Amino acid sequence: MMFRHRFDLPLVEDATGRFLIWIMAVMVYLGIVALAGALVLAGMASRWENGLTGRLTVQISPQPDTPGRGSDPEMVAPLVQRTEVALALLRATPGVLRAEPVTAATTHKLLEPWLGTALLDDLPLPALIDVQVAPGSDPEVPALADRLARSVAGAHLDNHAAWLDDLRRLARTVQLVALAVVVLVGTAALVAVVFAVRTGLAIHSPVVELLHIMGASDRYVARQFQAHVVGLALRGGMVGLALGLATLGLLDRATGEAAAGMLPVMALPPPQWLALPAVPLVAAALAAVTARWTVLRVLAALP
Amino acid sequence: MIRFDNIGLRYGSGPEVLSRVNFTLKPGSFHFLTGASGAGKSSLLRLMYLGLRPTSGTITLFGRDVATLKRADLPALRRQMGVVFQDFRLLDHLSALDNVALPLRMAGTAEAEIREHVVELLEWVGLGAHLEAKPPTLSGGQQQRVAIARSVINRPRLLLADEPTGNVDDSIGMRLLYLFEELNKLGTTVMIATHNEGLISRFPHPRLHLDRGTLTVIPAEASVAAAMTAVASGLPAVLAGSLTGGGWPP
Ligand SMILES: Nc1ncnc2c1ncn2[C@@H]1O[C@H](COP(=O)(O)OP(=O)(O)O)[C@@H](O)[C@H]1O
Ligand SMILES: [Mg+2]
Repeated sequence: MMFRHRFDLPLVEDATGRFLIWIMAVMVYLGIVALAGALVLAGMASRWENGLTGRLTVQISPQPDTPGRGSDPEMVAPLVQRTEVALALLRATPGVLRAEPVTAATTHKLLEPWLGTALLDDLPLPALIDVQVAPGSDPEVPALADRLARSVAGAHLDNHAAWLDDLRRLARTVQLVALAVVVLVGTAALVAVVFAVRTGLAIHSPVVELLHIMGASDRYVARQFQAHVVGLALRGGMVGLALGLATLGLLDRATGEAAAGMLPVMALPPPQWLALPAVPLVAAALAAVTARWTVLRVLAALP
Repeated sequence: MIRFDNIGLRYGSGPEVLSRVNFTLKPGSFHFLTGASGAGKSSLLRLMYLGLRPTSGTITLFGRDVATLKRADLPALRRQMGVVFQDFRLLDHLSALDNVALPLRMAGTAEAEIREHVVELLEWVGLGAHLEAKPPTLSGGQQQRVAIARSVINRPRLLLADEPTGNVDDSIGMRLLYLFEELNKLGTTVMIATHNEGLISRFPHPRLHLDRGTLTVIPAEASVAAAMTAVASGLPAVLAGSLTGGGWPP
């Protein structure tokens, strides 16, 4: 047995405490999955931010029909020519480090899996320019976007800001939901601890009285319950940890197989894996504090 | 050591179980508490070990007025007392060794020291072969000795025993009383509640007699003292027997 502790109270023989193992297992399981999710999302958001901010994409549509500009497809310069104009403009802009067209071959390769080769050949594809700006020059982006749109028909500058904002909002929402779940389950688990301890005190009141008569302090009695609850919580926590890690492992493999290369950011960096075993420890510590507080409060109310 | 002044006790709104009880126990004294069943002996002991508060009157324990004690003061006072309950109140899930060790563990004694003292005492009461036995596997007499060992393990200043000879025949009863006498010689103040008049008439100790809640103090009589000297001549042999463990019935 991992916890060979000699209890003065025959708590181990109670069935009341046994369901604590299960509620603790559920709490730790959800805590682990939620924590892993929150960590993965936080990591993903920061990687997207670092990877994409400083990068811009200019997209030039083959057949611009911007209303209000009175443009007629016949009167617009060919795509290749407009791309050259846009490239020149970009390269002349201070703060732009690099501006390279994405070759048609690359575009085709990106789209092929979705559209197939037959369709792609006939499809009028936009020209793409990959732009790298000096870090910190983001404030000038709106001006650049405006200038591009006026100089080159059909040109559109995408700085991914809106997309990143959405991602950040998503990450934050998921984190809040995870936190809410953990707080709810945690509260339920701690209420269960209070209930189990109160039941234990009631069932064993003759023994508790005996211990007091023999000179036990309230804290001595509290330690008995505390040690018992920690034992149950850790046992439940191990079950929750094992199930949680198994779930994460399965998810990791599933994402790895289904979208190799596309979702490499889903993986949790190694140092953060170390945070997961802390979940059952934190849960056990909270359970211990709750048990202690409950016992002391109940006993203090005795004459 | 302990002093009762005009103590009255009721359970709830029931009749008065004790009324106007007065007595003083001097340090190192030995008293019997006698009276018919239902006379209030257990209630009086309960007042002494602070398991109950009086309805009226003042109890002074180790020089302190019990009414002024706070909950936090109780453990320190109770650790100076040993109590033998009529029904033993051993913890069935613990070995004899762990049962006897309880008062020491509460006092925070080091584990090595605990084991040494407990084994020594259990051997002394003739239970050296039953250290790891759980109480339900022990006979009534053996359980009684575990309970007594537990009550004396921390060398209490005050020992309270409620009918410690109640469930055993007179020969075991005699041996247990000699055990308390030994303790008393070491300085412990002893009070033993019993309704076994025949047994205690052979010991030269004053009696507190309860009759329907009223207490009378009966000094040790010369005749009892005379009877005692006759018994006392056999005492060392009995105690020597208990020391080797051979004197106790299983
Ligand atoms: N917890 C209790 N609640 C109510 N009445 C009690 C309680 N304990 C004892 N009594 C009553 O008090 C009286 C004295 O009981 P007790 O002190 O046990 O006497 P003894 O130990 O001399 O037999 C009895 O009439 C008994 O019914
Ligand atoms: Mg009684």
